[in-house]
Amino acid sequence: MLTFTLRRLLLSIPTLLAISLVIFLILELAPGDPVASMPLTIPPEVREKIRESLGLGAPFHVRYLLWLKAFFVTEPLHALDALLGTDFAAGSQRILSFQSRSPVFDIIAERLPQTLTVVGMAYLIGVLIAVPIGIISAYRQYSWFDQIGTLIAMLGYSVPTFFTGVLLIVVFSVHLGWFPSIYDTTLVVDSWDSFLLQVRQMTLPVAVLALYNAAQISRFMRASMLDNLHQDYVRTARAKGMGERVVVFVHVLRNSMIPVVTVVALGVPGVFGGAIITEQVFKVNGLGQLLITAIYGNDVPMVQTLTFIFAILIVLFNLVADVLYGLLDPRIRYD
Amino acid sequence: MADGPTVLDVRDLKVVFATRAGEIHAVNRVSFDLKAGELLGVVGESGSGKSVTMMALLGLLPSPPAEIRSGQVLFEGEDLVTCGARRLKAIRGHRIGFVFQDPMTSLNPVFTVGFQIMEPLRRHLGLDKARARRRAAELLDLVGIPDASRRLGDYPHQFSGGMRQRVMIAIALACEPRLLIADEPTTALDVTIQAQILELVRDLRRSLGMAIVWITHDLGVIAGIADRVMVMYAGQVVEMAPVRDLFADPRHPYTRALLATVPSVRGPRADKLQAIDGQPPLLLAHPAACSFAPRCAHAAGSCAVANPPRRPVMPAHEVACVFDMARARPAPVLDVAHG
Repeated sequence: MLTFTLRRLLLSIPTLLAISLVIFLILELAPGDPVASMPLTIPPEVREKIRESLGLGAPFHVRYLLWLKAFFVTEPLHALDALLGTDFAAGSQRILSFQSRSPVFDIIAERLPQTLTVVGMAYLIGVLIAVPIGIISAYRQYSWFDQIGTLIAMLGYSVPTFFTGVLLIVVFSVHLGWFPSIYDTTLVVDSWDSFLLQVRQMTLPVAVLALYNAAQISRFMRASMLDNLHQDYVRTARAKGMGERVVVFVHVLRNSMIPVVTVVALGVPGVFGGAIITEQVFKVNGLGQLLITAIYGNDVPMVQTLTFIFAILIVLFNLVADVLYGLLDPRIRYD
Repeated sequence: MADGPTVLDVRDLKVVFATRAGEIHAVNRVSFDLKAGELLGVVGESGSGKSVTMMALLGLLPSPPAEIRSGQVLFEGEDLVTCGARRLKAIRGHRIGFVFQDPMTSLNPVFTVGFQIMEPLRRHLGLDKARARRRAAELLDLVGIPDASRRLGDYPHQFSGGMRQRVMIAIALACEPRLLIADEPTTALDVTIQAQILELVRDLRRSLGMAIVWITHDLGVIAGIADRVMVMYAGQVVEMAPVRDLFADPRHPYTRALLATVPSVRGPRADKLQAIDGQPPLLLAHPAACSFAPRCAHAAGSCAVANPPRRPVMPAHEVACVFDMARARPAPVLDVAHG
C-alpha cells in the first residue's frame, strides 16, 4: 500500500504539470484584457505600461515558467518563512493578483476560513445525516420513512441551490426573521453571544448545502446497502444466530461503506472549491466568490492559481479514495 | 443406525409467499422427522420446496413475503414456529448449523475467516477472544484446512471454493450443533472436491453424532451418504423411504421418473438423456389434486379429484400416490436404471 501511494504521488507530478499547462493555455487563449475595465481616459501608452508592469510583456512560455517557479518554490518558501521566521524567500517575486496587487495566497488565506466553516460544515452535516438515512431507507425499503426520504432526496438533489437558498431566505429571514440573510464575515467569535450569532448566520447556507449533499450521499448509501442486504453472506450471518444489529451494522454496513467512502472522499475537493452559487446567494465571501470575481476582473494569476489548487485537491483526493478503498476492501491490494 | 432420540419433528408445515401475482404455496403440509445421528437426504427438482422448507424451519425466510401459514417444527421438543425471534436466534448457529450452496458468496468478503468462525463461538458459548481463537483453529483443523491457526487471519478470497465450503462447515459445526442442515453444499464444487466434502461430513457425523439434513438434486450423492430419503415435488413430500428401498424399489411415479433421468454407465450408451416432460406447476393455490398428475404417465381420473395423502406401503416407506407402483408394475418407459 505504501509503495502504491508513493508511486501514485510521483505519477501525479507530471499529471499536475500537464494540468497547469492546460489551464495556463486556456487562460492565455481566452479573450479578455486585465486593463479593459480601467477608465477609457487612460491613454494607450500608459495602458501598455500598466500591462507591462503586470508582467504581460514577456512571451507566454516565460510567464508560464515564472508562474511555476513562484507557485512551487517562492510560495512554499514564503510559507516556511512565515512559519519559522526565516527569510528564504526574500526578494523573490510572489504571485500577485492583477486586481488588488496583493499576493494571491494571502487573499486565499483570508477567504479559506469562510468557505471551510460554511461549505465544510455543510458537507460534514450532509454526510452525517445521509449515512443513517441511507441505512434506514434500505433496511426498511418501501416503508413510509423510505418513501419520504426518497421524495426529499429527489427534491434536494434536483432543485438548484439558488432556488432553495432564496426560498429559505424568503421564509426564514424575510417572513419569520429568525436568521440573517447575509453572512457577516467581520463577525469575531469571542463570546457566547457572538458564537450564537455565528451559528445563526451559518444556519441557512449550511442548511441549503447540507440538504443538497445529504440528498446525493443518502441515495448512494441506500443503493449500496440494498446491494448488500440481499447477499448470501447476510443469510449466513443470520444462520449463525447473529442479532439484526450485528447483521446490519457489522456485516452489511462494512461492505456498503466501500463505495460510499469513495464518493465522500471524491466530494471533498468540492468543499474547497466552495459552493459558488450558494456563497453568492448568502454573500459568503469564500473561495467560490473569489473565483467568480477574479474571472470577471480578468485576474489571470488568481484564476490560474485557484483552478490549479482545485486540480491538486482533486488529484490528491482521488488518491485518498483509492487508498481508502484498499483499506476497506481486503480483496483490493495494490502491491 | 438411527435409533437415537428424535431431534427434529416437522408436522404439517405450510409456507406461503405473497407476490404480486397472488400467493405462492411453496411448501404444502410437509411432515418429517429426524433422529439423532441420522442423515436424511432431500431430493427434488429446482423449485420443489426443498430449500424453502429448511430455511422456514430456522425462520431464515424474509417475511414478508414469506409466511409460515401453519404447522409445527419441534426441535428437541420445542416449537420453532412459535418460540419467537429471540429464542430462534439462540438456537440458530448454536443447536442447528446451516451450510449453504455457494461457498463463493456465503462468506463475508471483508472479514477474516477467523472472525467469522469466532462470531458464533463468542455469541452462543460466551468464549473470550483467546479461547474462541483457539477453538476456531481446532475447527479449521477438524475440517481439514492445513496450517489452521495461521489461516485464521486470511480473508475468504484467499481460499479456494472447496476450502471455503470447509470454512462454512467449520462455522456450522462451531458450537457442536445437534442438527446440521446442508443446502446443496457440494453443488457449486467440482467432483473431486465434492467427494472430499462428502467424506468429511461422513467422518464428522460419525465422530460428533449429529443429525443431518442434506438437500441435493444429485441422486448419486444421496445414494452414497443418506440413511433415509425424502422426495419432494411441488412443495409436498411424495415419497419417504430408507435409502436402499428408495433406489431398489421406488413406489411413486415421480421418484421413478426422477431415477430414470440418471444416466447409467452400464449397458449401451443412451443417445439422449432421459427427462421428465413438462414443467413443475406454479402453485397459486393449495394443490387440491395430485400436483404431479399432469406429467405422470400413470395418471388416472382419480388423480385429478383428490390430493392423495402420504400412506405407508412398507415399513418406513411412505408414498403420496393413489397407486402403489410396486404392485402396478408400470410401462417399460419407466424401467429404472439402478442409480
